[in-house]
Amino acid sequence: MNDTQTFYPIGSIDQFLPQIGRVVQLKEIELAIFRTSNEEVFALENKSPHPKGGPIAEGIVSGHILYDPLYDWQIDLRTGLVQAPDEGQVTVFPTKLEADVIWVQL
Amino acid sequence: MTAIRERLVLIGNGMAGVATLEQIIKLGGQYDITVFGSEPHPNYNRIMLSYVLEGTQTIDDIILNSHEWYEQNQITLHTGTTVTRIDAGQQIIHTDNGMMVPYDKVIIATGSQSFILPIPGHDKQGVVGFRDIADCHQMIDAAAHYPQAAVIGGGLLGLEAAKGLVSLGMDVTVVHLMDDLMERQLDSVAASMLRKELERQGIKFLMGAQTVELLGGERVEQLVFKDGTTLPAQFVVMAAGIKPNIAVAKESNIETGRGIIVNDYLQTSVDNIYAVGECVQHRESCYGLVAPLFEQGMILAKHICGIDTQPYEGSVVSTKLKISGVDVFSAGVFIENEHQSVITARDDWKRTYKKIILEDQTIVGAVLFGDITDAAPLQKLIRDGAPMTDELYAELMGTGGCDHSKKKSSVDTMADSEIVCGCNGVTKLDIVSAIQEKGLTTVDEIKACTGASRSCGGCKPVVEQILQYVLGDGATIGASQGMCSCTPLSRDEVVAGIKEKGLKTIKEVMNVLEWKQPEGCSKCRPAINYYLGMLDPAQYQDEKSSRFVNERMNANIQKDGTYTVVPRMYGGVTTPEELKRIADVSVKYNVQAVKMTGGQRIDLIGVVKEDLPKVWEELDMPSGYAYAKSLRTVKTCVGAQYCRFGTQDSMGMGADLERRFERLDFPAKFKMAVNGCPRNCAESCTKDIGIVGNDGGWEIFIGGNGGIKARLADSFCKVKTDQELIDLCGAIIQYYRETGKYLERTSEWVERIGLPTIYEAVVTNVENRQQLIERVDLALAQVEDPWQKVINDTPTREALFHKMEV
Repeated sequence: MNDTQTFYPIGSIDQFLPQIGRVVQLKEIELAIFRTSNEEVFALENKSPHPKGGPIAEGIVSGHILYDPLYDWQIDLRTGLVQAPDEGQVTVFPTKLEADVIWVQL
Repeated sequence: MTAIRERLVLIGNGMAGVATLEQIIKLGGQYDITVFGSEPHPNYNRIMLSYVLEGTQTIDDIILNSHEWYEQNQITLHTGTTVTRIDAGQQIIHTDNGMMVPYDKVIIATGSQSFILPIPGHDKQGVVGFRDIADCHQMIDAAAHYPQAAVIGGGLLGLEAAKGLVSLGMDVTVVHLMDDLMERQLDSVAASMLRKELERQGIKFLMGAQTVELLGGERVEQLVFKDGTTLPAQFVVMAAGIKPNIAVAKESNIETGRGIIVNDYLQTSVDNIYAVGECVQHRESCYGLVAPLFEQGMILAKHICGIDTQPYEGSVVSTKLKISGVDVFSAGVFIENEHQSVITARDDWKRTYKKIILEDQTIVGAVLFGDITDAAPLQKLIRDGAPMTDELYAELMGTGGCDHSKKKSSVDTMADSEIVCGCNGVTKLDIVSAIQEKGLTTVDEIKACTGASRSCGGCKPVVEQILQYVLGDGATIGASQGMCSCTPLSRDEVVAGIKEKGLKTIKEVMNVLEWKQPEGCSKCRPAINYYLGMLDPAQYQDEKSSRFVNERMNANIQKDGTYTVVPRMYGGVTTPEELKRIADVSVKYNVQAVKMTGGQRIDLIGVVKEDLPKVWEELDMPSGYAYAKSLRTVKTCVGAQYCRFGTQDSMGMGADLERRFERLDFPAKFKMAVNGCPRNCAESCTKDIGIVGNDGGWEIFIGGNGGIKARLADSFCKVKTDQELIDLCGAIIQYYRETGKYLERTSEWVERIGLPTIYEAVVTNVENRQQLIERVDLALAQVEDPWQKVINDTPTREALFHKMEV
């Protein structure tokens, strides 16, 4: 991590439905933003670690686990780590919620 | 106090050696393990290279042991390093880059290499074997730059290479010395059927041709044959055979023949040095296939761990060609001699062939082409030297019918140590233990947990049989199977719980019924969402977040994240006006492909997510529900309106039924068909409800399926009037909705519930039928077109489909 990374506002929380991902293009990066049932917000790169690739934003969200929409891989929203028996990792970007505005750090 | 562990060195980082290590680790062997591999990759599934070439799998897909696996098991891995010599006196290993590693035990598993014909020109550019990832890359690269390829050798490897190159767009000729393809595994009949099939797939053949020279400049340009004729090719794959890699053994004064000579415990002529896999020669045999290598590895692992083991007595070799869509199997003896007798069934229409060879009533060999469902049992019968019986004969050769359900499972007689999955070396015991200890209930779970059927999938039927075998016993004892890993409760217990306790939301269900994962998983969330909606259609608020992507987006997601759109065409009938709109929309939104579906509808493939609502709006047609656990299509024939054979108006009835039952949630997708006469052009026999018109009314069939597990529909009942037909369809549908497990198709449902029970509930018990119809009407009163709903609901449309740009 270096100090030049900055937080960008990407929208207000009510633009994101609970437990349903939404795609946000932030500069060159396509993000999948997830709002969990306990009102936490996660930003992951919208790119499946599965060898065949594809998006992840449309998966089913249960707790902190995302079930990817194409291959049903389980991805931990907090770390981006794919759960056993599959392997891989999605890039996770730090987020913060201030006065109902979601910020993502690149 | 730390015990000093013995040092075990594995030379060769391939399937045989690493499978042996996996067994040693599983058996609790305490070794300091070092692995040397000449290739720069971790252990991968060499037999899957054909699929990589064909493009159906990537290199990543075929990696068997990741770098993390070596780390986790504290194995030191040196890739790109070749062992040159073993100094048995000093017990030290020498490598090509000057490393010296002491050992207590060594396993040589150097495998084999392509046999390159020593003809003039064999060292030109563009001449390769087909053995490893590097060869694969060369072939993919060649296909991008040159038009013509020749494959020398019409055996297993050669044909797989040829198919791969054809898939990559090259003009490919297979040059074979013999008159029959795969003459070491197939008889002439199967070989000629195979050749015809491969010719259909675009491979050319030159049979009985001996290559004597390769001509060209630096790069190969043409092949010259013994009779003086030539064949142009800028790329040549030598697949004329393999030879064991024995250099390191020779250099170390270990006894070798064609391969490294080993005894029944895989010991070489030198103490503490073992060999396993394709590099060995055991009782005069060298094996080039995967199953023997796992059998050897298992015995070697036990021996090294000091566990009592049967000696290795050789393997019965079986072969499966790994070309998509071409099923060939052979095991044991494949060409009979005069003392042996033969049972054959050849069908040139279905393009299938089955041959079983007997010696004094004992099954000693078999060849299958086209349909290889009997491969697993035959392989076992041959290995066991089983005698042919009347019962077996009936099972294997059938009586021409398609009722395979009475086939006796061979699972109970299978030994625990038998390898079920040859690609990943998984035994029956591994699978049985996993099912019992982890409570697995599906083949997919077994796949995830043990790796069985994860690669080529050929063993899936056997894995299924084992699952049935284990659960069948468990089920009769009364142990209930949970719907998923979140709960031990079965579907029926969950539905009963919802009714008794009056549960209204998914969250309540999971709370009250004590789910292990508080928010469930991708299996139970959609299921409970369905059950709640089915039980209380008027009140229940559907949870979009618990719908699988396709049902949430009302379109089918494709692997690149685009979607397909199928508009409703009732009964498969459309108008020129609709077709014009479909064409206009397809052009405007740059649709990648326009395809007819299996159910007589038009599929617009490759629509970008953000465009979906606009596409729907401009099509101005209802959703065709091609993405949903719902009524997909009612397929119809032309029928009495136009057809000279028609006895009933099938198009009209099909459209009526589709209008009446569309948009309703079902446990699984639901397909119907209506035919105007018994010629059955709209194929009722493979539909959930199939209807056949006749002169006096309609006949209803249920439980048909043309998919993964084909099943012919059962004749259910006959009715006289159109109204009776519509009523009965409604009652059957509602009874299935109320008793079906989520994702259970009617083909499975009919078998589980039983036709007589369904008949009683829907036909005999008139009062019950009436109530079923009332309940389906109530559910139908709630449905609306999902596309219109999204078009008119701007917030949802924004949140679901619009990509934000910052």
